[in-house]
Amino acid sequence: MVNILWAAMILMGIGFAALQGNGELVTSTLFAQAASGLAVALNLLALLTVWFGLSRVAERAGLLNSLARLLTPLLRPLFPGLPHGHPSLSAIAMNIAANFLGLANAATPFGLKAMEEMQRLNPRPDTVTPAMITFLALNSACATLLPATAVALRAQAGAPEPARIIGPAAAASGAAMVFVLLVDGFLRRRAH
Amino acid sequence: MGSWSAWILPGLVAVTLVVALRRRVAVYDEFVAGAMDGVRLGLRLIPLIIGIYVAVGLFRESGALAWVAGQAAPFLAAVGFPAEILPLMLIRPFSNAAAMGVIADLLAQHGPDSFIGFLASVMQGSSETTFYVAALYLGSVGIRRSLHAVHLCLLGDLAGYLAALWVTGLLFLL
Repeated sequence: MVNILWAAMILMGIGFAALQGNGELVTSTLFAQAASGLAVALNLLALLTVWFGLSRVAERAGLLNSLARLLTPLLRPLFPGLPHGHPSLSAIAMNIAANFLGLANAATPFGLKAMEEMQRLNPRPDTVTPAMITFLALNSACATLLPATAVALRAQAGAPEPARIIGPAAAASGAAMVFVLLVDGFLRRRAH
Repeated sequence: MGSWSAWILPGLVAVTLVVALRRRVAVYDEFVAGAMDGVRLGLRLIPLIIGIYVAVGLFRESGALAWVAGQAAPFLAAVGFPAEILPLMLIRPFSNAAAMGVIADLLAQHGPDSFIGFLASVMQGSSETTFYVAALYLGSVGIRRSLHAVHLCLLGDLAGYLAALWVTGLLFLL
């Protein structure tokens, strides 16, 4: 799908340039955009390096573990199908904690582990369970305290205050998360 | 508003370092080890971002974006979205790197603190690469019948976009 979108943007661009009889535009845009893309990517590489380094220190200091322990009691009511103390719950908590701190690279392994543990409880292994749906929904609209990528992109673009979006992004993602959980709860109750 | 947001990041870094030192973590060694992962990801992003930059640039400079935006404007305007944000909404669920390229381009075109630039940044923080995550997580355990899981996740992204729009709108009104 991303392949189709990508090709469509280029082909439509060439088509519109052709309509104006301006082939030069395509060539000059191509090279100019490639050069500025490289500049952006290199800047981003530097910021990602710092960010990944700091997030590894946070992980080693056990901050992720502490946050996950705080989150577990909040998560239990969302996953009534998972038995008390089941390993899937702690994996989910770690995944949500990592997302919350904007540590996308740390979140994925915990997410995969959570799916694996939930699959063990699945009576029909080819069909998604209600707990998995809740988990995926939680992931798609997860509250983010630190939108690290967006802050890095703003720093790269020379924003005077790159971190200014932290508050607004936390509010927006928190609201979306509450909404999705409500819809999920509604659908689940209707299915019973 | 900006003042307390500006202290979240420094605060987290300071807390992290203090806790890490108290737990006898070799902070600099761990930083360097983690930073290497960042370098690897950054290198992988270079071709992805250049690819998107070229495509988005051609799409915009040729006037194609203006045309598509003109077609979609009535629908987007009904909700209050600026039409320039459309490519981001379309690409965000598929690829994080591609979305980063689109946002970087929007920030360069309109400025990071413009309404569009701010909205794009908040949207990035309040949505997810849904198709990628769903395919990865469901595929990893061999689930083929996903029922309404993906729809619900897309609804989550949509809710994130709308929430981003309202929050940004509120900020720019103040």
